Amino acid sequence: MVEFFTTTNLGIFLLILGQSLLVVVPLLVALAFLLWGDRKIWAAVQLRKGPNVVGAFGLMQSFADFVKYIMKEIVIPAGADRFVFLLAPMLSFVLALTAWAVVPFNDGWVLADINVAILFVFAVSSLEVYGVIMGGWASNSKYPFLGSLRSAAQMISYEVSIGLIIIGVIISTGSMNFGDIVMAQDGAGFLSWYWLPHFPMVFLFLISALAETNRPPFDLPEAESELVAGYQVEYSSTPFLLFMIGEYVAIVLMCTLISILFFGGWLSPVEFLPDGIFWLCLKIVFFFFVFSMVKAITPRYRYDQLMRIGWKVFLPLSLAWVVLVAFFAQYGAFWGAYARWTVGG
Amino acid sequence: MEDLLREYLPIIIFLGLAVVLGLVFIIAAVILAVRNPDPEKLSAYECGFNAFDDARMKFDVRFYLVSILFIIFDLEIAFLFPWAVAFKDVGMVGFWSMMVFLAVLTIGFAYEWKKGALEWE
Repeated sequence: MVEFFTTTNLGIFLLILGQSLLVVVPLLVALAFLLWGDRKIWAAVQLRKGPNVVGAFGLMQSFADFVKYIMKEIVIPAGADRFVFLLAPMLSFVLALTAWAVVPFNDGWVLADINVAILFVFAVSSLEVYGVIMGGWASNSKYPFLGSLRSAAQMISYEVSIGLIIIGVIISTGSMNFGDIVMAQDGAGFLSWYWLPHFPMVFLFLISALAETNRPPFDLPEAESELVAGYQVEYSSTPFLLFMIGEYVAIVLMCTLISILFFGGWLSPVEFLPDGIFWLCLKIVFFFFVFSMVKAITPRYRYDQLMRIGWKVFLPLSLAWVVLVAFFAQYGAFWGAYARWTVGG
Repeated sequence: MEDLLREYLPIIIFLGLAVVLGLVFIIAAVILAVRNPDPEKLSAYECGFNAFDDARMKFDVRFYLVSILFIIFDLEIAFLFPWAVAFKDVGMVGFWSMMVFLAVLTIGFAYEWKKGALEWE
């Protein structure tokens, strides 16, 4: 039985398909509850109740929404390019999910253990801009068009600083594999995680992640007061759902990246407790909570302010940080905290 | 070669699974939902007006400028990735070559800042 799954082609295919389902299904179910949590937190900050009708505490709200999305009519505007119009949400959904193929959940619990994992995630999340641009262009309507332009400019601006921050972590680790990055942070509990040596970059990464995923306070592409809903104006039913799932999957991915790059992934914060997937989930949920709180309590930025921060503050800062980390690593400053490959990572 | 393909096989299968899932969502709505189009419903949304002209209009050149700047800096990052992975192996020569490269790039960045390419007023 075991031989069938490890030697024959069909067996390997079925095994990998099963593993993929093991990633996708829990991810989407968790997403349903995270969405509910997002709305609940948002409501609580504004002294509302939030979703509270479907199921206990409204827990089943996302599933009810899902059924409702499927029962709605797909409206394709008369002037739209039909093929591209439907391709755009597919693209943003598929790309957002694909990045999860290389994310490890525990020691060795990873679907594709490739040595360029970060590069893969970086490349795939760069491609997500295409979904937005295609959606805005294909709608043939002014608000989506302007929204997609804004969104594209915003996403590519912040990608630069995210890339530079990641370079710093790679210099410290000497590998692009997520497993290696987490193992390089193993040691004296939470004090040996990368948040301490790369301290300022944690905040830069968090803010860049907010901008990269079009979350408030950087949700300029969907600013209701200016652009109605940005590139999603003409979308309805499941194409809209695909956009929304893609967006939230990207947000959870960013939370996961923060957890893995700076907060030790599945490592336990204290040494007397065992490591495990539990810690990773806890960290992801915590950062998702941070994302929700930021959404609830910050006012929206103006577009020129957004671009100014991205290009004139984040880019020089993260570039200077890469140089600084390179020097620290090269000359072994701070007892090798920046050069983890020397001690085994 | 065989090992390399084996490593990347899960990504292909995962991609296929995501495509199938997305198609299932769209097709489910096509099958289950009522379709009742009329000209008003299908017209582009423009705050209650009929659309004035084609939406694919001229747009601000600064978006174009940002994308060019992005290409420069993203290429630089793509250049930094292999250097960062091989950091322990490239030694002093590799280290200082990259520092010189980054210095040149910083000069270019300062120049475009002074030229006002980053302004959004």
